[in-house]
Amino acid sequence: MSSSTHSIAYDPAVDAPKPHHPVYDYDSGPPVDRGKFAIWLFLATEVMFFTGLIGSYVVIRTGAPTWPDPSSRLAVDLTAFNTFVLIVSSYFVVRSLQAIQKGNRGALLKWLGLAILFGSFFVGVQVYEYIHLVHEGSTPNVDLFWSTFYAMTGFHGMHVIVGVIWLICVWIAAARGKYSAENHVRVELAGLYWHFVDLVWVLLFTIVYLF
Amino acid sequence: MRYLFSLLLAAVLVFGVWTFVGYDNWLLGPSPESYHWWWAPEISTYGQRIDFLFRLIAMMELVMFVLTMTLLVAFVFKYSAPRKDKAVFSHGSHKLEMTWTAIPAGLLVVIAFSQMGTWADIKMGGHTKDKPVFAEIYASQFDWRFRYPGPDKRFGTADDFDTAYELVVRADEDLVFNLRSHDVLHSFFVPMLRLKQDAVPGMTIPIWFNVDSEEWQAAFEGQEDKTFDIICAELCGWGHYKMSGRIRVLDDESFAKWEAEQVARHFSNDEPAG
Amino acid sequence: MGTPGTVREHHEHHELGFIRKYIFSTDHKVIGIQFMMTGLVFFALGGLFAMAIRYQLAWPWHKMPLIGDVLFPETGGAITPEFYTMLFTMHGTIMIFFVIIPLLTGAFGNFLIPLMIGAPDMAFPKLNMFGYWAMIPAIFCVTMSFLTPGHGPAAGWTAYPPLSTVQSAAPGSFSAQTWWLMALTWVGISSMMGAVNYVTTIVKMRAPGMTMFRMPLTIWALMIAAILQLFALPVLTAGSFLQLADRVLHTGFFTPTNLLVNGLNPESMQAFDVAKGHFAGAASGGQPLLWQHLFWFYSHPAVYIMVLPAMGMASDIISCHARKPIFGYKPMVYSMCAIAGLGFIVWGHHMFASGMNPAMGMTFMVSTIMIALPSAIKVFNWLGTLWGSRIRLNTPMLFATGFVAMFIIGGLSGIWMAATPVDIYIHDTYIVVAHFHYVVFAGSVFAIFGGIYHWFPKMFGRMMNDTLGKIHFVGTFIFTNGVFYMMHQLGVAGLMRRTADPYNYETYRHLQPINQFISICAFLLFAWQIFFVVNFFYSMFWGKRANRNPWNACSLEWDAPSPPGHGNFDKKLQVFRGPYEYASPDTDDDNLRQTQEV
Ligand SMILES: [Cu+2]
Ligand SMILES: [Cu+2]
Repeated sequence: MSSSTHSIAYDPAVDAPKPHHPVYDYDSGPPVDRGKFAIWLFLATEVMFFTGLIGSYVVIRTGAPTWPDPSSRLAVDLTAFNTFVLIVSSYFVVRSLQAIQKGNRGALLKWLGLAILFGSFFVGVQVYEYIHLVHEGSTPNVDLFWSTFYAMTGFHGMHVIVGVIWLICVWIAAARGKYSAENHVRVELAGLYWHFVDLVWVLLFTIVYLF
Repeated sequence: MRYLFSLLLAAVLVFGVWTFVGYDNWLLGPSPESYHWWWAPEISTYGQRIDFLFRLIAMMELVMFVLTMTLLVAFVFKYSAPRKDKAVFSHGSHKLEMTWTAIPAGLLVVIAFSQMGTWADIKMGGHTKDKPVFAEIYASQFDWRFRYPGPDKRFGTADDFDTAYELVVRADEDLVFNLRSHDVLHSFFVPMLRLKQDAVPGMTIPIWFNVDSEEWQAAFEGQEDKTFDIICAELCGWGHYKMSGRIRVLDDESFAKWEAEQVARHFSNDEPAG
Repeated sequence: MGTPGTVREHHEHHELGFIRKYIFSTDHKVIGIQFMMTGLVFFALGGLFAMAIRYQLAWPWHKMPLIGDVLFPETGGAITPEFYTMLFTMHGTIMIFFVIIPLLTGAFGNFLIPLMIGAPDMAFPKLNMFGYWAMIPAIFCVTMSFLTPGHGPAAGWTAYPPLSTVQSAAPGSFSAQTWWLMALTWVGISSMMGAVNYVTTIVKMRAPGMTMFRMPLTIWALMIAAILQLFALPVLTAGSFLQLADRVLHTGFFTPTNLLVNGLNPESMQAFDVAKGHFAGAASGGQPLLWQHLFWFYSHPAVYIMVLPAMGMASDIISCHARKPIFGYKPMVYSMCAIAGLGFIVWGHHMFASGMNPAMGMTFMVSTIMIALPSAIKVFNWLGTLWGSRIRLNTPMLFATGFVAMFIIGGLSGIWMAATPVDIYIHDTYIVVAHFHYVVFAGSVFAIFGGIYHWFPKMFGRMMNDTLGKIHFVGTFIFTNGVFYMMHQLGVAGLMRRTADPYNYETYRHLQPINQFISICAFLLFAWQIFFVVNFFYSMFWGKRANRNPWNACSLEWDAPSPPGHGNFDKKLQVFRGPYEYASPDTDDDNLRQTQEV
């Protein structure tokens, strides 16, 4: 059946892998760092995740015969302040990236530290709010308002916690001198994620607390 | 291997074609003798239309099936023969690509459009709008219950009465039912009526059908029991397989008599104090 | 696209220990083989479940041979309805999430992507390793799910609420359904890690000269499947988290008000209030149909995740063993893109009978019918490839051609389901079962078998036995059709799925002989796989040694040693042309390899 001119028998001289050969690693495609390319893909999946959640929220809320006014049940003022804190932390992340782009490691540590602090504060306020609500008896099983409230803010909260941990890792690496003006893509990756989490919160705050 | 494989493919082709046009075929529908064998007999007014569309699609599928499978068998047989020369060096043909995009596209558009009228008629037409509800159907694990409005034709009045397992209907009339579920999803499936609709808790879904009495009589020719199955077609728990019911068709006179009996039974059993 | 980038060369000489090399490996080839072994083991398990289902359908409530007494002492060895529900739930779950997807994207995706584009490994080897290891908690959860004593998840692989969320609706599924949801989540995490890695690798790590339109169709298919994963899977993950919350925290996303399950209202009875320390009600007011939308938004594209890579692999195998270029390479690529794009707007065709607005049903019907077009184009192009070819009828080619034949049947029968009025009758009947088994078993699994026979020499450096392979194919082909073709007839008769005892209904009583025929074919089909198992393990150790390119194929993976060592390629690559230049007049040979200079 085979009418090839090749020999198909195994010939160790030709067919065995050459020992100690160099590893060829090519770079094709758009001039973007691999990590950054991947993080954008990952953020795309996160967008779809929150689309699923927020979409469900909208469907459930529009399908419900009545829906309580959020301000009658939630501390909107406190959360508005908290939102402000999160936005400011995003600004700090921008500053920290600018700092390392100029090679200023001290400023990177300072700004990143502030971002971590503000991010943790946000988580703290959320936890405080949860404890308060649970003590009031407003648990997720009370009604759909609370079901959706905990789902939306809870999944976002987990993302913030992951973000804070990520920033802390970057901070530690920075403190050990891993980043420089030429090599700081990991600061940028953590920053992208942090901005995304921030953006989602603005959206969630608007639909869950304000309307 | 060449002969064996070509034979296998050819067998699929021949057997496939036989299912389309053989004794009890997909193309012309069941012959009367084959009722109750492959095809569930069809006795509702829209059942014929659904079956017709099934056959319309079957016809187009048959054409495509015969075309592609014949070519496959022929190519496999012809080109697996031992030969010395190289294969044809071709990367494709723009003309052919256009042809086999345009023709199936046309066929598919025809299929899509041919479905719309029937779907709209069954699901969106005026059949359920502003019509009195003949009965309410309640699904729950694992039985079917039916509530009739009684002689006054209104629900929520004293002469409402309930039955279980057997749904009693009149023939040759558009009948509207409200389908509800108490617990989980169920599906109200009556093969002979070509009717299937999920019952969803929290939703009231109107359904309708019209039993064609001639077709009904024909389907049960010579049989004593002319009732037929209600089947639950959506997984609803461990007892899903036994969630059955029956439909009994009555003429107007017998239906009125049956209704009167039920109302009497209802008043004597359920509300002895009243 | 495809500008030859910089070449980074670094030397690695150290030998890895056994554990780093075979267990916690970051080598894409080892991870691919790990996925393959796991997938094949689960394939056997899912197959066993199918056998039990077939036994019950042919001889309902008969004593189960061999294991009946052990499993069901209280019924004298006959299956229980709860167990039957668990069987078809787990059969679907395992075959989809633990067999087909891991085999196609996990095994072949991992093994083939770097080799076919000329990369030394995946873009993120560690992430790749975690992708496989995320399957371990998934396997643990799914095992817990069906080992829950006497019971199991009871809501089908589609897990429609309220059956899946209200615990009292399915007694015994308490923890099983929760484990099931967690298993699904872990599989999702594994898939996401893989998908990010695949797309990045394909976009960023192609060898010099390997433009997008010089990639093998397998790579295109795997990339499109990965993109589908990226955009569709998170929605299901969100949905299954909400369902998990409904079960565990007693939220009410999918639970409507005023349920009466067994005469009791679950709102008032089941939730434990942590703060107050006593039982309180569960929330309600949610919508069961919402879950169906979330579920099918992923699970329809999942069908294409399960069939696109199979199509790609079949294309590569056919072109290679027909010794002829793929007919219409670009139309093949475009039609896969079209399938993926349209795949996002057809999910509602699973819900024609669900109570969804009928006007939406109409839109979903049109998009679904149109998706048949790119599939048809692919079939015609495969036929075009075979025309004027010089076929080498070995095992991989038999399976790949068998795939085309079976996909024709599976594709055509899908049109019935897309047509809304017809679907009223055939929805949830055995026509549906026949249809998706033709696509996923006779389609994808045939392509997987073909792929294993075809790439086995690259994976293990040895050939599989062709005679045993042919015996395996012939039996598999015959019995597959014996099992699944007759199911169309059952569907026309109105037989619905997921019923433990269809003969409870008068409508179905006469269908028992057909079910017995199908079951006997199914047992034979299962038993016949012994030829594969024996061949697989025998060849792995004692098969004939394969050289670099035993099939005289053109694509890049055959330039690497068999099996490739660390870093895959032991020479520098330059790609000059597409992967299908068989029978080219530019050489005397009939394969003009991608790296060959003329
Ligand atoms: Cu049911
Ligand atoms: Cu689908």
